[in-house]
Amino acid sequence: MGGGVPREKSLGQPRMEEERKGAMRVETQAVAAAPGKRREQRDSVVIRFAGDSGDGMQLTGMQFTTESALAGNDIGTLPDFPAEIRAPAGTLAGVSGFQLNFSSLEVYTPGDSPDVLVAMNPAALKVNIGDLKPGGILLADRDGFDAGNLKKAGYAGNPLEDGSLGQVQVFVVDMTGMTLKVLEDLKLSNKVASRCKNFFALGVCSWLYSRPIETTLKWIQDKFKKTPELVEANARVLKAGYHFGETTEMFAVQYEVKPARISPGTYRNVTGNTALSLGLLAAANKAGLPLFLGSYPITPASDILHELAQYKNFGVYTFQAEDEIAGVCSALGASFGGVIGVTTSSGPGIALKQEAINLAVMVELPLVICNIQRGGPSTGLPTKTEQADLYQAVFGRNSDSPLPVLAAATPTDCFTTAYEAVRIAIKYMTPVILLSDGYLANGAEPWSIPRFEELPAIPVHFRTEAEGFFPYLRDPETLARPWVKPGTPGLEHRIGGIEKEDVTGNISYSPANHELMTHARAQKLAAVAQDIPPTSIRGDHAGDLLVVGWGSTYGSIAAAVDEVRARGKRVSQIHLRYLNPLPPDLGGILRRFKTVLVPEMNMGQLLTILRAMYLVDAVGLNKIQGQPFKISEIAGRILRLLEG
Amino acid sequence: MSDAAVATAAPKLTRKDFVSDQDVRWCPGCGDYSILAQVQKVMPELGLSREKFVFISGIGCSSRFPYYMNTYGFHSIHGRAAAVASGLKISRPDLSVWVVTGDGDGLSIGGNHLIHALRRNVGLKILLFNNRIYGLTKGQYSPTSELGKVTKSTPAGSVDYPFNPIAVAMGVDATFVARGVDVEAKLLQDLLRRAYEHPGGTFIEILQNCNIFNDGVWETLTDKATKADTVLLLEHGKPLIFGKNRDKGIKLGSDSRLQVVTLGNGTQEGDILVHDETNRPLAYMLAHLETPTPIGVFHATIRPTYEEAMSKQLEAARQKLGPGDVNALFKRGETWVVR
Ligand SMILES: Cc1ncc(C[n+]2csc(CCOP(=O)(O)OP(=O)(O)O)c2C)c(N)n1
Ligand code: SF4
Ligand SMILES: [Mg+2]
Repeated sequence: MGGGVPREKSLGQPRMEEERKGAMRVETQAVAAAPGKRREQRDSVVIRFAGDSGDGMQLTGMQFTTESALAGNDIGTLPDFPAEIRAPAGTLAGVSGFQLNFSSLEVYTPGDSPDVLVAMNPAALKVNIGDLKPGGILLADRDGFDAGNLKKAGYAGNPLEDGSLGQVQVFVVDMTGMTLKVLEDLKLSNKVASRCKNFFALGVCSWLYSRPIETTLKWIQDKFKKTPELVEANARVLKAGYHFGETTEMFAVQYEVKPARISPGTYRNVTGNTALSLGLLAAANKAGLPLFLGSYPITPASDILHELAQYKNFGVYTFQAEDEIAGVCSALGASFGGVIGVTTSSGPGIALKQEAINLAVMVELPLVICNIQRGGPSTGLPTKTEQADLYQAVFGRNSDSPLPVLAAATPTDCFTTAYEAVRIAIKYMTPVILLSDGYLANGAEPWSIPRFEELPAIPVHFRTEAEGFFPYLRDPETLARPWVKPGTPGLEHRIGGIEKEDVTGNISYSPANHELMTHARAQKLAAVAQDIPPTSIRGDHAGDLLVVGWGSTYGSIAAAVDEVRARGKRVSQIHLRYLNPLPPDLGGILRRFKTVLVPEMNMGQLLTILRAMYLVDAVGLNKIQGQPFKISEIAGRILRLLEG
Repeated sequence: MSDAAVATAAPKLTRKDFVSDQDVRWCPGCGDYSILAQVQKVMPELGLSREKFVFISGIGCSSRFPYYMNTYGFHSIHGRAAAVASGLKISRPDLSVWVVTGDGDGLSIGGNHLIHALRRNVGLKILLFNNRIYGLTKGQYSPTSELGKVTKSTPAGSVDYPFNPIAVAMGVDATFVARGVDVEAKLLQDLLRRAYEHPGGTFIEILQNCNIFNDGVWETLTDKATKADTVLLLEHGKPLIFGKNRDKGIKLGSDSRLQVVTLGNGTQEGDILVHDETNRPLAYMLAHLETPTPIGVFHATIRPTYEEAMSKQLEAARQKLGPGDVNALFKRGETWVVR
């Protein structure tokens, strides 16, 4: 992802960096074709590594990703963690997976279904085989398929041998056995030695897809530098796997995926949560403010707390509070003190925070609330993704409680959206809710690294002049009230959750004043619309069908729209970052299409809002399986709608 | 760092400087008036300029307090003052941050935040106005109401056992634990000064009369006729003696329990325990003493504050890694260049 069509441009986001199109050249060497083997080109390959949680599949996947990025491919990744931390080894509940889509074309998603499945044990096979494309490649570790593991996975016979797998190219390799063999002389325990087998799998795959393994060798050196025997062991096993691929007669074909056309720049692979953390940090730095994160651990948001906790030298305070309420309250207290307060959580935690968020609405202080959505309700599916907290964000507080709501579309877009959330919070003196989700949080893609100097300005003004000061005297353009740091002489004042009198901020129970202030808060939200850039439309500006999305469905929708457009259909896409307020030009755009389709990983929340706001007879496509849309699901729905 | 240590040469301030222009709306006769008066008396004497003070409260009659102080103030939501104040104090250790809460606000809905703020030793000066009732919501029993309390919500008497606020604070290792009384002006002023000077978090339970919904709840402790025999003033380094004739005292019995004894008849002053604020086990025992009821400072000890420890970590990171370079951070990990 983040490839040929610059994402910033396609989403109509404020562009952070001058993007120049150019043929791509990557600083890495190509690998020579192996002798005696056929070389075949592929545009895109989707590979899934699956094994027991203890098998190191995440690490294997990430290293393969790095190799692919360095080979110049566009990429998209998605890990799939088991819900239990330490499920018993060999069981279905303990299967951990990592999927990577690497391509010479632009990548929008981690891929619908894998072309290649690496299965280290029967449980991994059972959980994943149903997703493998017909005719796909299965690479299995023979040693992992012993009687005990087969039984734990619920297989009566060995599926690798009994022909039950059907239309699959099966490659069974003694990965554990060969791993132990090459490590024989190292005097490692059997347990430690067999743990290296994931590098054998990585070696085989690296050869199969012509990936250079030098970077992984270097990485092994760094990662295990404290235990030189592991450096030696893992490096040996990686090379052994690679050479096995090269020499075995099992593989007649070696594949190649050419570099993609990618906009020039310096790139790095980031997950959504890392990008979001960097966005918050960059914005705070741009504003010249310390950042205070008040948070309570919850999947899939915790990594933001972990990430920001490392940035102490940037003046970042991270406070692991006693609960979510204290998380948001401490952040608001920090904002009152003149730093930028942030709180991060997922749906259940946001539910706890809402009263304090409403306090932020009343006291009109900047605050950023990040909701990394997961499957619900209640504890729901903590490790699975969903985008069903839009109502909660827009409507989920008592009374009329307007605040801006933004949603990130891709892992790297989490950076831009977090940055924008901070900017709006400060400019308009308001809490802002940022919606991400588990899919974006853990998914990764190449990020075109911006230059800090070129990011949009975030001016901050702390009032210090006492003359003419009133706590609720608003800026005429933004309707923001002044921000005053406690410690400023002569500006002592009180704020709070009781209704405020216009201008003075004194407690007021006057009926007319309450109505006036309710309107003022609504108008302030409406004023945010002046910052929303024109909505960019992928495809024609009018046509038969418009797909409207928000959040992490971006990639699947974009790929689906491209697919049906390639068949000559008059279909376009818009993807909303600003969900409250909605873009001013949205109503007009909706009316230019015969049909409006809104795919969502919920029961139709944006759909309902669009229908209510614009009286448009939009239709939904709803998937509530804790999993992202497949491109084919959206493309299929579009085609059926066009057929009438 | 104590708030006293951050005091700069401030201009001379008077009580009036701390009185806001808002009308005070407590019921006439409410104990809160006296507390407000003592705070407004002490603040100008502390040597810290007015703009450095922040009062943060939750919800309740008591929590109206910040509106009446001409300082920075934040009237937050029910129970959450300690959490809001923690965020402020951690990121702005230069401010003197005071929390005003009630027995319902601080011990019922906000109990969690109170105990965590105290155990962390965030440098908050917490004043808990204990009237053993929900005043603002018109008279339901509170978590400090005595067992069997008859209120609108407990017509047959409450069946839940009450909190002992001092024991709660001791139980979470608060570094400064004291009890004052709304009408004991001098003691309250002393406690406020002590709290200000204490380098760290402080907890003062203030026994407060709600003359509308719980009138006379502390009467035996405040009535001139009885108080000498019902109240024990804790003074560091002084024997635990009380009584109209100063003839009663507290002794450690051979069963390791506190005993109330009368002087004379073989008991001399030398047998009476001498109060030592730094003696944690003694403070625990005194926390559970009901007759007489101890007032004053139960315990004071010094432990690094949360904000200090946090600032040190930030400083250490800056020393080690230099001030943050955002561009360098962006490029952390494996990067590649596309031309
Ligand atoms: C979330 C929430 N729940 C309930 C209330 C109603 N409420 C306001 S104050 C209060 C109790 C106050 O009692 P206390 O803290 O003892 O203060 P007092 O009025 O006695 O000073 C309650 C229940 C509220 N404001 N917010
Ligand atoms: S109800 Fe009680 S606590 Fe509240 S103001 Fe009146 S007297 Fe004071
Ligand atoms: Mg009360």
